[in-house]
Amino acid sequence: MIKFFLMVNKQGQTRLSRYYEHVEINKRTMLEAEVIKNCLSRSKDQCSFIEYKDFKLVYRQYAALFIVVGINETENEMAVYELIHNFVEVLDKYFSRVSELDIMFNLDRVHIILDEMVLNGCIVETNRTRILAPLYVLDKVAES
Amino acid sequence: MPAVSKGDGMRGLAVFISDIRNCKSKEAEIKRINKELANIRSKFKGDKALDGYSKKKYVCKLLFIFLLGHDIDFGHMEAVNLLSSNRYTEKQIGYLFISVLVNSNSELIRLINNAIKNDLASRNPTFMGLALHCIANVGSREMAEAFAGEIPKILVAGDTMDSVKQSAALCLLRLYRTSPDLVPMGDWTSRVVHLLNDQHLGVVTAATSLITTLAQKNPEEFKTSVSLAVSRLSRIVTSASTDLQDYTYYFVPAPWLSVKLLRLLQCYPPPEDPAVRGRLTECLETILNKAQEPPKSKKVQHSNAKNAVLFEAISLIIHHDSEPNLLVRACNQLGQFLQHRETNLRYLALESMCTLASSEFSHEAVKTHIETVINALKTERDVSVRQRAVDLLYAMCDRSNAQQIVAEMLNYLETADYSIREEIVLKVAILAEKYAVDYTWYVDTILNLIRIAGDYVSEEVWYRVIQIVINRDDVQGYAAKTVFEALQAPACHENLVKVGGYILGEFGNLIAGDPRSSPLIQFNLLHSKFHLCSVPTRALLLSTYIKFVNLFPEIKTTIQDVLRSDSQLKNADVELQQRAVEYLRLSTIASTDILATVLEEMPPFPERESSILAKLKKKKGPGTVTDLEEIKKERSSDMNGSAEPASVNASAVSTPSPSADLLGLGAAPLANSAPPPSSSGSLLVDVFSDSPSAVAPLAPGSDDNFARFVCKNNGVLFENQLLQIGLKSEFRQNLGRMFIFYGNKTSTQFLNFTPTVICSDDLQSSLNLQTKPVDPTVDGGAQVQQVVNIECVSDFMEAPILNIQFRYGGTFQNLSVKLPITLNKFFQPTEMSSQDFFQRWKQLSNPKQEVQNIFKAKHPMDAEITKAKIIGFGSALLEEVDPNPANFVGAGIIHTKTTQIGCLLRLEPNLQAQVSV
Repeated sequence: MIKFFLMVNKQGQTRLSRYYEHVEINKRTMLEAEVIKNCLSRSKDQCSFIEYKDFKLVYRQYAALFIVVGINETENEMAVYELIHNFVEVLDKYFSRVSELDIMFNLDRVHIILDEMVLNGCIVETNRTRILAPLYVLDKVAES
Repeated sequence: MPAVSKGDGMRGLAVFISDIRNCKSKEAEIKRINKELANIRSKFKGDKALDGYSKKKYVCKLLFIFLLGHDIDFGHMEAVNLLSSNRYTEKQIGYLFISVLVNSNSELIRLINNAIKNDLASRNPTFMGLALHCIANVGSREMAEAFAGEIPKILVAGDTMDSVKQSAALCLLRLYRTSPDLVPMGDWTSRVVHLLNDQHLGVVTAATSLITTLAQKNPEEFKTSVSLAVSRLSRIVTSASTDLQDYTYYFVPAPWLSVKLLRLLQCYPPPEDPAVRGRLTECLETILNKAQEPPKSKKVQHSNAKNAVLFEAISLIIHHDSEPNLLVRACNQLGQFLQHRETNLRYLALESMCTLASSEFSHEAVKTHIETVINALKTERDVSVRQRAVDLLYAMCDRSNAQQIVAEMLNYLETADYSIREEIVLKVAILAEKYAVDYTWYVDTILNLIRIAGDYVSEEVWYRVIQIVINRDDVQGYAAKTVFEALQAPACHENLVKVGGYILGEFGNLIAGDPRSSPLIQFNLLHSKFHLCSVPTRALLLSTYIKFVNLFPEIKTTIQDVLRSDSQLKNADVELQQRAVEYLRLSTIASTDILATVLEEMPPFPERESSILAKLKKKKGPGTVTDLEEIKKERSSDMNGSAEPASVNASAVSTPSPSADLLGLGAAPLANSAPPPSSSGSLLVDVFSDSPSAVAPLAPGSDDNFARFVCKNNGVLFENQLLQIGLKSEFRQNLGRMFIFYGNKTSTQFLNFTPTVICSDDLQSSLNLQTKPVDPTVDGGAQVQQVVNIECVSDFMEAPILNIQFRYGGTFQNLSVKLPITLNKFFQPTEMSSQDFFQRWKQLSNPKQEVQNIFKAKHPMDAEITKAKIIGFGSALLEEVDPNPANFVGAGIIHTKTTQIGCLLRLEPNLQAQVSV
């Protein structure tokens, strides 16, 4: 099961966080700080999986932005690793070349995308067209 | 002004976010946020009713502030209000806020539930989706109570939209996890299973997660999911890469769904139905085949997705553990990954192989990769990969490679990351114990461990080495010698002082014959460390000192002086002070026999599970290590057996082995001046025969006891109604020291008690014995001790006779027993390779150099017992030397003052006939 999904930049600022198990706000801040510290201390030739407390972190870096997913042992590391990329490709498609600013200014939409892909800690949809469908409905409503 | 905001850009929100971004310091940011919070609060409290758009904007701002790490204690009500809006955008933000910020025990749940109920009833799939997402994310008990009945219906209803079905499946999963009692199995269960057949892969993806969780708890109800999952998987893996359209990811058909289906199958044993089983095997083979095919795309995403499926397939193969062919293929595939340039793959391959190592079908195949894994330990730049390599080495370790693996782990320990040192220490300690045939190796390993990583050696580890040394008398002398040498280092770890103190206190006497490690030197060595140690270690050393008083009466006064010094007697620490006072007093008032009883050698510890293993299990969390250990235990059930002291049972099994061929190494340069080795060959045959005694006929039964001592050094030599004679001896090279304990079993004094050791004329020239006289009266119930110093001048055949004369209640008693000083006591083990052994073996062409003896074993021959015998006999046990694994091979050197004689030994058991050649 996926425990949390984070987007944190190199300065350690959280750009998106989604927890699938309740975590107190002060613990979240601490966890996010530690997680990004862990990721930043790693070099390119190190693997993308970090054992952290009683779960594993799977992370990928896109420019200055890290996407870090916390998983337990029932999840397949490689599948989660590619899930991150699939997520980024969906963002790319929706924002046409996504940047950190897109994510900051459209937080609600990024959340919608993530909620379509991961629900309750499980991968629920991987088909890009279907992930974006509700968002396009939303945009249409907003325009009218 | 940023133009990045999409859709209905909320200008105020964009401005706020830009402001935050422009803040130069944390303080400025906090100031800006507080200003905004005050603004929003006043807006929410204001008289003017806010329109939907404003509410949405403020709620969105709050969400952003929350993300920056600030707690939000208001605005929840406004968010709940948004839920009842008819505008999708407003409703969506409301739900988002609630699922991010509201935890499951909020008092707002009832209001939220109302809104959800309305949306579920709305028949608007978008609204239903939002409501279901919210339940799936918050999932409180109150929600379960309200919707547990409703959701299964939505999930299996024929007219529900696919996307709603997906959300409903995960919603149900959440409610089942939080409140399983509220989600009873019902007629919906079978229909849920059939969702695996759904046309829509998104529905199948969501349903598989749900079914996997349900099947773990109720395997019987969901059994039918196996065949459905297999056929779904089969359709996916055999589909052309474009068949599944948007579910194909870089030419890999539905990788995430495949992974989930393979996970689901891991809830069950291999399918019983041969057709299903065949189909599954086909699927797995296809997946393995695809890994070998040229990639359909150069993109890394393609191979990543393909490998995600492959790793999951391998997990399933390992879980089933029933198809040797697939297991070996899986192992080969992982072997390829071990050398892959992608670190991720190397990491995952090591991890996977670790579980593969515990399968009996693939254990050997995994072992072939040992060099690669060791190399990974040395060259990987990533600590998590190295950690996996350590785990794998631990998992693949068995008798055949234990020495190599332990050596590599010790090597690695010198540079290992601090975070994983303790775990490595535990692993090395466990492996060294489990696979030790030669316990001297075990002792060396543990001492090395303390030297290299003393700080990480936990109590369990050094307790364990002491338990083992105490339980195995074949290693005690070696342990004493080794700790003595290790303590010579100018700076040694406190753990070494503890182990050294304990072992010398028990067995220091075994090395005291050597002038380089005389009692006084041992004591001074330990005491030189005393002042640098912590209180518990000092307390332990004080106990060692009092043990020395018993072992070495000659240094008693020195020790008493130390105990008497102010730093001990008036020590600020109560424990130390008490020990010093009590020990000093004990040493002053107690007679030697009371001392000998009080300070007797520790009795063997009962065999039990290694506390180190328990500690490692605890460290790793239950489940992970336990399973592995259990499996390993089944595979090699003898591993604990070998740790038991083998010689304890000696009286029951007697010795079939030692009188096998014993021959001198005439060709070896060191044996130039050796007398005809045939004499040593017949040693044991002679040793068993009666020898004439001038003084008294040998006491009945003493021969049996004598035979026992061929392979051991301590125990009871003789016992009748009056007297018990116990022995404790140690031999090193051509020197030995034997303590003889005479116990008066009666309540009456023995008078004129005179034990004498008698050597025949022949023996006198080859064996030099010195005894000290003992007190001529032995009180009732008391014990006296006599020390015999032994020097072997040249080889000999007979054994000396111990004659004891004394008066008991007016009658004169005279009895004789043979003292078990046999040539093999001066036998030192030698390790050699198979090549060396047979080269030397063949050089022994002279008939005088070889003795062959065929005898019928008196007892069933157990391999482990026989091995222990050969080691106890004094030779090294050479494993994997003889091409026939059933044969036993040993080698060693007999040390005498004049010469050293090499000896080779082979024991060829013929089990059917119970005959050894």
